[in-house]
Amino acid sequence: MSIILLIEQVLNGLQFGVMLFLMAAGLTLIFGVMGLINLAHGSLYMVGAFAAAGTAAATGSFVLALAASLVAAATAGAIVELTVIRRLYDRDHLDQVLATFALILIFSEGTRWIFGSFPLFLDIPEYLSGPVTLPGGIEYPLYRLTIILIGLAIAAGLFALIAKTRIGIQIRAGESDREMIGALGVNIARLYTLIFALGAALAGFAGALIGAIQSVQVGMGEPVLILAFVVIVIGGIGSIKGALVGAILVGLTDTLGGFLLPRLFATFMDASAAMSVGSALAAMSIYILMAGVLLVRPTGLFGGQ
Amino acid sequence: MKFRTFAAAIGISATAIAAQAEGLKVGMITTLSGGGAGLGIDVRDGFMLAVKQAARDDIEVVIEDDQRKPDVAVQLADKMIQSEKVDVLTGIIWSNLAMAVIPASVAQGKFYLSPNAGPSQLAGKGCDPNYFNVAWQNDNLHEAAGAYANSADLTNSFILAPNYPAGQDALTGYKRLYEGELAGEIYTKLGQTDYASEIAQIRASGADSVYFFLPGGMGISFLKQYADSGLDIPVVGPAFSFDQGILQAVGEAALGVKNTSQWNKDIDNAANNAFVASFQKEYDRLPSLYASQGFDTANLLMSAMDKADVSDTEAFRAALKEADFESVRGDFAFGSNNHPVQDIYVREVIKEGDVFTNKIIGTALEDHADAYADQCNM
Repeated sequence: MSIILLIEQVLNGLQFGVMLFLMAAGLTLIFGVMGLINLAHGSLYMVGAFAAAGTAAATGSFVLALAASLVAAATAGAIVELTVIRRLYDRDHLDQVLATFALILIFSEGTRWIFGSFPLFLDIPEYLSGPVTLPGGIEYPLYRLTIILIGLAIAAGLFALIAKTRIGIQIRAGESDREMIGALGVNIARLYTLIFALGAALAGFAGALIGAIQSVQVGMGEPVLILAFVVIVIGGIGSIKGALVGAILVGLTDTLGGFLLPRLFATFMDASAAMSVGSALAAMSIYILMAGVLLVRPTGLFGGQ
Repeated sequence: MKFRTFAAAIGISATAIAAQAEGLKVGMITTLSGGGAGLGIDVRDGFMLAVKQAARDDIEVVIEDDQRKPDVAVQLADKMIQSEKVDVLTGIIWSNLAMAVIPASVAQGKFYLSPNAGPSQLAGKGCDPNYFNVAWQNDNLHEAAGAYANSADLTNSFILAPNYPAGQDALTGYKRLYEGELAGEIYTKLGQTDYASEIAQIRASGADSVYFFLPGGMGISFLKQYADSGLDIPVVGPAFSFDQGILQAVGEAALGVKNTSQWNKDIDNAANNAFVASFQKEYDRLPSLYASQGFDTANLLMSAMDKADVSDTEAFRAALKEADFESVRGDFAFGSNNHPVQDIYVREVIKEGDVFTNKIIGTALEDHADAYADQCNM
């Protein structure tokens, strides 16, 4: 195992983590501020990817496609919040889970109805394709590097938004005491719609970025959603900082676990047995990480209380 | 029933009367919603095209969506057998669903014609006289890929597949005929969509070729990421990742890739030419491997209906076994375990106008049967 391969895997883990952060940020804000479990967050990821693929096919522009993903997901998020989610804030979590699960089915079949059952094509633009050579002779795809940078930039933007702006103050206040900020004259209904649309836009943007290197198809959001829930549980529900740290931890654990564990077992087992035991354990590694974190800090790394 | 026994006894053609009287009812359980819906829709469309072309009034098809869930498939099968009273079941795409439905259905005396899944268990010890596979045994296309690798002088393959039964069958199938060395062997997570880590390992391994079995969206992701990684060693795969429904989503990244299949649209025989043209006319898209399997399944079934009545189980079974129909893949016969004995071809992904599709460039295996036939006692 060379050091170059290891560095490449660390970059892969980082890129995966940054993508997870975009999903988890919205999820953790929505749960933290509104107390809502939104299973349909993965559907918004899918909406973003489909909007991007549709726009890219029509215009040929990747930048327009990314913009379309933001607009489409934010709009879908706002509509869903106004029509469905709004009625759920006072209900218990089971009702929320039921209603948002129904939304998954509606989004999935609706998307199939519009776009058909076959995966769509969305590709990396010419100017971002191919590998670049990093210092030390590491060849790494330019697009993945770009994803890392965009993700980190969005994370910085979100921190600035939360820490420095009026909306950020309201969000933080909403997390600590929902009733109180309503009583102080903040238009809580509008704030909720805004947060929901913001979370949706981030998820849709992640869907578009990832859609270009994976497949744009119905149901693409649900596996990511599960990981995003793991991330916010590890990071502490409601904490953006927790979402970032949790996402990168999960990304690195998943990638390096899948890479290193089989090799570790191969030092004292025969190759094929090591492969199967290592792969099985690697698949569990993030859940083991989650259990470990919860054991030490039951509210997550940056959770309140 | 009594009337029919009586009719048979006095020597009147029982088949003709029964066929007039009640016909045959087919229950199709396939995946029409969710991530894998494209495959089920193709099988259904191919099957129904054949039924429509035959224009017979003695066949009725009931179609239900299994949502790719084994429990749903089992419920549907119970419903079809008990309340719809179907004679023949077909349609299942996925091996895990097939394992949940087929043994129970054939145990209740129904016929099952598989248009896709061919798990090794049902080809070997679990074979059944009423179960016919019209597609392939799961290992077949992978075995063909191994044979192709030998003929293409690939001697150091890196192989990967998801960690589930069909994935293990795939790598076992590849290794069965492949004679070279393995640069690496990886089982990925089922449903994994990011292959950056695997691609980095392929790069570091010094392999001269990559063989992968990653059906559906997994294959699309892998190929796009592989093309973007700058790696240029040849990729070989089974037809599933280079199918008509998927290729458009992969795009340029798939061009030139060799893959193995028992069917392609350019196989030159009358049945296939007519099938490709009529499928395009009917559905406005090119047929896929799955559509061809659905089409063949329906034609096999109707060829048996011409010879025997389904209520005469022995005769109907014998008629199915004869496989006396014009398969779109050319020669087609059943082996001792009711699985196909057929040629498997090597295809290359090409671009025709704006459409990505496949072209046959050679034959990997001729009259190939599966490796489990010996274990089948029936």
